[in-house]
Amino acid sequence: MLELSHVHKVYRVGAFGAGTMRAVRDVSLVVRPGEVVSLIGESGSGKSTLGKMVLGLTKPTQGTITFEGNDVTRLRGFGAKKEYYRHVQGVFQDPFSSFNPIFKADRVFEMIRTSYFPAISDAAWRAKVLDVVGTVRLDPDNVLNKYPHQLSGGQLQRLLIARALLLDIRLLVADEIISMLDASTRIDVLNLLADLKERGLGILFVTHDLSLGNYVSDRSVILRKGAIAEMGPTRRVFENPLHPYSRHLLSCVPQLHRTWAEVDAELAANPPEDVELPTVAEGDDSAPLVEAEEGHFVGIDQR
Amino acid sequence: MTLRVKDLKVYYQTLRGDVHALDGVSFDLADGEIMGLAGESGCGKTTLGKSLIRLDGRMRHVGGTIELNGAEVPITDERAMNPLRYHEISLIPQYAMSALNPTRKIGRMINELLRARGVRPSKVADELRRRLELVGLDPDVLNRFPIELSGGMKQRVVMVMATLLDPSLLIADEATSALDVSTQRSVAESMVEFRDRGFVKSMIFVTHDISLVYQMADTVMVMYAGQVAEKGPASTIINDPQHPYTKMLIGALPEVGSTTTEARLEGIPGTPPGLLKPPTGCRFKERCPIASEECDETPPLVEIDTGHWAACWKTGR
Repeated sequence: MLELSHVHKVYRVGAFGAGTMRAVRDVSLVVRPGEVVSLIGESGSGKSTLGKMVLGLTKPTQGTITFEGNDVTRLRGFGAKKEYYRHVQGVFQDPFSSFNPIFKADRVFEMIRTSYFPAISDAAWRAKVLDVVGTVRLDPDNVLNKYPHQLSGGQLQRLLIARALLLDIRLLVADEIISMLDASTRIDVLNLLADLKERGLGILFVTHDLSLGNYVSDRSVILRKGAIAEMGPTRRVFENPLHPYSRHLLSCVPQLHRTWAEVDAELAANPPEDVELPTVAEGDDSAPLVEAEEGHFVGIDQR
Repeated sequence: MTLRVKDLKVYYQTLRGDVHALDGVSFDLADGEIMGLAGESGCGKTTLGKSLIRLDGRMRHVGGTIELNGAEVPITDERAMNPLRYHEISLIPQYAMSALNPTRKIGRMINELLRARGVRPSKVADELRRRLELVGLDPDVLNRFPIELSGGMKQRVVMVMATLLDPSLLIADEATSALDVSTQRSVAESMVEFRDRGFVKSMIFVTHDISLVYQMADTVMVMYAGQVAEKGPASTIINDPQHPYTKMLIGALPEVGSTTTEARLEGIPGTPPGLLKPPTGCRFKERCPIASEECDETPPLVEIDTGHWAACWKTGR
């Protein structure tokens, strides 16, 4: 469905854009219908830039992004972009800044109606809204006709997902959507993503939190400095991390029932097998992957 | 006993009335104890941290006492609090990264801070360098501006700064929340090291991340809607919680290794009560699966096991 092929993004930095910074380096990945792919990385790993490029908010410097056979980077004109956004939508980190505080929160639904469904009748529209609000497991009486400050972060975030569902959406880019939420409401949003996945929606789940990425996703992509360090089925990546960086990352995650010392001791007792990492020549910007086991890839080691 | 807080009540004044942000909080903090203070947003954990060092203009002390090393902390008296601040009680604020003055070099900023507190900078200069090295920073950072440091470095600078005068109590408010996991681990570990070396006597570590608390804290206190729900040794709170809120909160945390296909975790239905007019009785009763009539009475915080306190009618039976 969504396919990224050798995507690069180079930002100009410094005074007068003299320097360059490669934020995304040779990333190729696929999101299939009904699949959740987690993009996991620390700050500066390029995960949000990838999400932005898929949403067409910024253009890749090199490489192609295709959605159902069409090159997203070559969309020209308002009409083509509007059609694209009918199928691909994003939800972002801070639900409070996604709403205009002087309007009621359900204005986001009205805006979808005026731009995408101008001909629909009031009754049919109301039924549609009630349907999507029910899908995100919110009580319409509690959330409709309210101002953003009257709703909780979890409710607002679910309203934004409901807004995306009003359209004929096939891919959702979820950029850190639960980082701002409390632990008790976080899990509701995650479970909702799992429900949507069962309805055939493809989800690109961008996160810095490994345990959250692990909970919902089918496949995980661990990014480091813009390049893929490791990519594979979530279970394999977490049970058998092959890249030294993924191992380091996993050993630093605070776990609920094991202390860091226990994790370190276990790692020292059974040192993992080393795999041959791919290498590139100096000055080469590509980032090749090596298939270590079926569907499980490791990338280059960047210093 | 380093710190003893008894029935502390702090309200925020608003146009619509008082917000009962802290409503009868009592706990003890022993020498050398690192206490993790956990809870959802709006439960009063930051307010508690602030109340121990400085009440801002909107905060009103309604009742209760704070004792530090046997002497009462005059929390309502700005002037009497001043000698205590930084010397005895120190704080790492929530956005420590933006707590540094962008127009001053780090070294100059620290010197200004020391002079403002009546300490000659030359007296602690060697110690400052030693501690910077201890947390893995080159003493050269003193000649740099905050913008030249990464987030983790800034966090460590603030940590060294806050503990320079060996305070009895350090309040770290979400000190590692904005950091990446690997930086988070090293900062958290240096905090434990500071305690082990006696740079701080005891520490309150405010965070919303319970799994992080488990890594570094000796005890955990869970707050809900301005009150203490449960306090106990970290391993007891994580592995054998007694309060229904703690149980549900820990049950809602995904771990590395858990996936939706195996077992779905459940969130806690409902939202915390508003604290403008807090409900009577147990504040968790609306969301609690085992609530019954007796929960209309406020449950007292009782010691159900040695060092393990919980405020629920249903515990210990």
